Amino acid sequence: MASAETLDATFAALADPTRRAILARLALGEASVNELAAPFAMSQPAISKHIKVLERAGLVSRGRDAQRRPVRIEGAPLASASAWLERYRAIWEVNFGRLDALLGELQAIKPPEKRT
Amino acid sequence: MNAPGKLTVTLPSDREVLITRWFAAPRDLVFDCWTKPELIRRWLLGPEGWTMTVCTVDLRVGGRYRYEWRSTEGSVMGMGGEYREIVRPERLGSVELFDEDWTGGEATSTIVLTEEGGGTLLRQTSRYASKEARDGALRTGMTEGMEYGFGRLDALLAERAAAR
Repeated sequence: MASAETLDATFAALADPTRRAILARLALGEASVNELAAPFAMSQPAISKHIKVLERAGLVSRGRDAQRRPVRIEGAPLASASAWLERYRAIWEVNFGRLDALLGELQAIKPPEKRT
Repeated sequence: MNAPGKLTVTLPSDREVLITRWFAAPRDLVFDCWTKPELIRRWLLGPEGWTMTVCTVDLRVGGRYRYEWRSTEGSVMGMGGEYREIVRPERLGSVELFDEDWTGGEATSTIVLTEEGGGTLLRQTSRYASKEARDGALRTGMTEGMEYGFGRLDALLAERAAAR
């Protein structure tokens, strides 16, 4: 399934900060092109182009509602809100692991009587 | 109760994120690690493969700080803020904003350090302008996580290209 071509398309689609921001927004729920365009200093056609790239890579799909054609994220790991909360947690976990090591090091060099 | 290394992330209200974590060190050291650039640079790095390229701190009320990170893939992330409350070694309040926070919400960040269990309990509360702004900030974490995955995908693609 994950052929080199598919991976190339996914890679190319993700290699753009605007498209990553669009995916991040869609992780919260579907949105119209207008809603997606709102936070960016970009025209709606420019945003539509980005959405087409994401669609070709299979990362998003368009709904059938004729007026809105809402865009939604594809792929369970990206779609779940608990997944992004978990990722946020994971980043702090990594940071604090390093902070533990640093605090250990600082205490090893700091004379105990100066501790408060 | 607060075992070393136990990190919790909770959403106490629609606009807040609360992080709690216990450290096996006295408060003043934990406080220094949050406020001295030479120490901040050692740990506030995010996922593997990121380095801190800018870390400036003007530690006084009304003083500003600025952080920037770069990944091995060349992605750049930045944030800055202004200190609003400095009570060493127990409280640090600031207003902060991520460069890529496209929801446009400045957040107040309050760090409270309490002595507990022979170490220090950290409570970091980030309060955003709206639920949307908070969710946007949480997604920044997700975006970063995606960047991390991106690096692995890069390696996989390079491997495949070499095998052709």
